[in-house]
Amino acid sequence: MSERRLPPVTQVGMLSLALIVAAGIYLASHLPQHVSLTPAIVLLAASALLLAGNLLALARVQGFAWGRFFAVARWALLAYLVIAGLIEYAFVRNDTSGGPLVVLSLSLLVFAVHVPVLIAFTVARFPDE
Amino acid sequence: MAEAAIPVQATPAQEQAPPGAIERPDFEIVPRAGLPIVAVILGLLIAGIATNKPWPLQFLHIVGGATWTVIDLFLGFVIGPILGRLSVPARIELTTRLMPKMVLIMPTAVIVTLAAGWQLGVKLGTVQSSYVLHGWLVASYIVVGVMAVIALGLLEPANIAVLTELKKKRPNPEVIERLMKRFVYSAGITGLMQIATFVIMTRIAAG
Repeated sequence: MSERRLPPVTQVGMLSLALIVAAGIYLASHLPQHVSLTPAIVLLAASALLLAGNLLALARVQGFAWGRFFAVARWALLAYLVIAGLIEYAFVRNDTSGGPLVVLSLSLLVFAVHVPVLIAFTVARFPDE
Repeated sequence: MAEAAIPVQATPAQEQAPPGAIERPDFEIVPRAGLPIVAVILGLLIAGIATNKPWPLQFLHIVGGATWTVIDLFLGFVIGPILGRLSVPARIELTTRLMPKMVLIMPTAVIVTLAAGWQLGVKLGTVQSSYVLHGWLVASYIVVGVMAVIALGLLEPANIAVLTELKKKRPNPEVIERLMKRFVYSAGITGLMQIATFVIMTRIAAG
């Protein structure tokens, strides 16, 4: 199977997701105390940077199967926005507010974008023969 | 049901198939018939969180968690090793019938388990850092986090990609093989993590 060189989208994506998960665990494990948001913000920023880097690296790939990528990504995005919306609802229902809510919401946004990118990339990286 | 042929090396079990090809059943990558069921389950989850009553939350958390755990263990330790030893046609037959269902079942089971479990924890006070078994709770967050990263980064993409490959006019058997290996190994790892979940959850339930 001859395969062209592609950026390490899956590895970077998993690292990005791991950083978000770590931020979530940090915040959840300190409830209901008010803890510094700085570690969670740093983890979220690093995760968002990795997402941006992944999208940038992918955009520079010549001849990538973008049609297939977007065909998969749009439906996956819809599914993961629903999932992220449900998690957000659970936070809001439990009176999460202020800084923690902003950090958690942005984490969910990165999650809801990055997972569809990983799914669509895995599908589109194997072109039709 | 419409069928298509995948060019692979023939085995003795394929006597009725055209030379050099195997039969491939038609299938939907996302089974549309299952979407209303998913919508109902998610509706129940929203209702459970909104009412914030222990029984519906316990029900959703335990049923969702049991589904998630059993499927992970069964896929990782029973179906996975079997799948690896099947002939290519049998593997494709099983894959096209099993994996589309997983596309709907697994994300639904996971979100129901986690959202209902979190709500239940808030209601019972077990998510608070003052809870006597707080360390075990944090351990469960870590285990779930590791499983989530593996499932979202490796398992789910491999599942969708193998089904998409099988939908092509001329699927590449090497690609399918590679993606199936990734799926089976990831399922094995999450299966192992589920054993850790058993340990943690039974410890918390014991108080």
